Amino acid sequence: MTSITHLRAVTKKPEGDSGFIAKPDVAETAKAPASSPSTNEVPPVQEVAKEPGFFLKTSKKFVSNVMPPLVMLFLFVGLWEILCSTPDSSLPSFSRTISETSELIMHPFYDNGGNDVGLGWQILASLKRVAYGYSLAVFVGIAIGVLIGQFSLAMKGLDPIFQVLRTVPPLAWLPLSLAGFQDSHPSAIFVIFITAIWPIIINTSVGVRNIPEDYRNVARVIHLKRFGYFWKIMLPAAAPYIFSGLRIGVGLSWLAIVAAEMLVGGVGIGFFIWDAWNSSLISDIIIALIYVGIVGFMLDRLVAYFGQVITRGTSAG
Amino acid sequence: MSYLRIENVDMTFNTGGRSNNILKNVNLKVERGEFISIIGHSGCGKSTVLNIVAGLLKATNGGVILDGKEVNEPGPDRSVVFQNHSLLPWLTVYENVALAVDQVFGRSKTKAERHDWIVKNLELVHMTHALHKRPAEISGGMKQRVGIARALAMQPKVLLLDEPFGALDALTRAKLQDEVMRIQVELQNTILMITHDVDEAVLLSDRIVMMTNGPSATVGEILTVPLARPRKRVDLVEDPVYLQCRATVLKFLYERHAVPVAAVG
Repeated sequence: MTSITHLRAVTKKPEGDSGFIAKPDVAETAKAPASSPSTNEVPPVQEVAKEPGFFLKTSKKFVSNVMPPLVMLFLFVGLWEILCSTPDSSLPSFSRTISETSELIMHPFYDNGGNDVGLGWQILASLKRVAYGYSLAVFVGIAIGVLIGQFSLAMKGLDPIFQVLRTVPPLAWLPLSLAGFQDSHPSAIFVIFITAIWPIIINTSVGVRNIPEDYRNVARVIHLKRFGYFWKIMLPAAAPYIFSGLRIGVGLSWLAIVAAEMLVGGVGIGFFIWDAWNSSLISDIIIALIYVGIVGFMLDRLVAYFGQVITRGTSAG
Repeated sequence: MSYLRIENVDMTFNTGGRSNNILKNVNLKVERGEFISIIGHSGCGKSTVLNIVAGLLKATNGGVILDGKEVNEPGPDRSVVFQNHSLLPWLTVYENVALAVDQVFGRSKTKAERHDWIVKNLELVHMTHALHKRPAEISGGMKQRVGIARALAMQPKVLLLDEPFGALDALTRAKLQDEVMRIQVELQNTILMITHDVDEAVLLSDRIVMMTNGPSATVGEILTVPLARPRKRVDLVEDPVYLQCRATVLKFLYERHAVPVAAVG
């Protein structure tokens, strides 16, 4: 856990510092005097990247950001090794885990038929389910979020119901959806959908409600209505909120998929973990957990990255 | 018949069961090409007057007639320069103006004509060097320039300025005031400006509308500023007519309609 939070700080820092935040600052100070009325000339452009020592600085930054999590990871693994090396330990030590699962680590995409496939396939199967359920949640969630953000009557009618429904734990929906769909595959997708949709709805509606009065007034003056307003003002203005909803949603989906797959079986990383437990392959479980963590982390960063690219400029100014 | 008429406008807001009379019987006639300032203490309802002309608010009683037609909704013929620029932060300078131009002239002008018109209006406010910058990357004065370009690009019958320079530093404000004067001479716009700055009002306006204090604020007095155009701020510093106009407005605001001490802050 500690190593993952540190990893997140590392990937975030170089992007935020040298990319989006620092540059506009420099540009602004460089151009501040240019507000005189006689400025038709091109203002001087300051290239941050060409400053001497830029390379040295980034490599220093890299070292100062990457070293701490590496050291912590090393200590953590060392501690694990010491604690679990005793002969009567119920959990395998780090070295034993690695040696027992070398096959799984080295060949993530083997396929012996049936459920005996590599971890890569298992993860992909889970990702596919998440992709279906989550995409559905994105479309429906944003649509409902816009509805209750825009119309106070919809808000009054639906919000109390949603506030109750969103507290229902994801797995509690599973028996119901199994009963409804009569099939495990759509049931797992439905669980993902119902898990991810609440934060998307709630954040979208908050974003739509918080569109500044000024933007609405601009739209009214230029007669921008309905779809024009929706595409050109509402979606971009609410985008930072929408993306924080999407990010929470993808995290929850990944949390739910493992649990759902343990119950519905078939193929998928959740099923793999449960299967390993039934076969007492504790080392396999540990490796699967690490895979799940890394994939979940990457999903989170992926959505955050899209959000950052798409909402560039929206949150600033 | 005047170009713009504000007739017997009353405005009452109902908040929490209490009705709050902001404006009472406001009347004003504006001729084509005139530059009118509305000045008054903060909270007197001068912005409410502007919002009613813009159509963003609906008067409780009375109404606004522009060029023979009654105003009952916002529209590009009464474009507004908002106090805090109101540029859309996710669009570039060019795109901000383009959004308005495409919306207003989408049918009447070709794509190339619209492009030229956008650039021409940004040229007018000297912002062509930053066409592809986003609002966050330019200074406050530049943002307001773009706001003015966007409003001008709609070719409004009346340009409405809601304390357009209020958030700017003194030097930037002076520069933008000069620009607005130059543009007004060039384009002969009809302009209605809200301000609380006495010098700004005297320098820019043909007539200054002084409002009494609220509640139930109304037009107290209208002062004609008989200064020839183009006006130069440096020449006016010791001009007796300028000083006299300034004194008249100051006396109105701080002697006859001073805000009681208890009400300040």
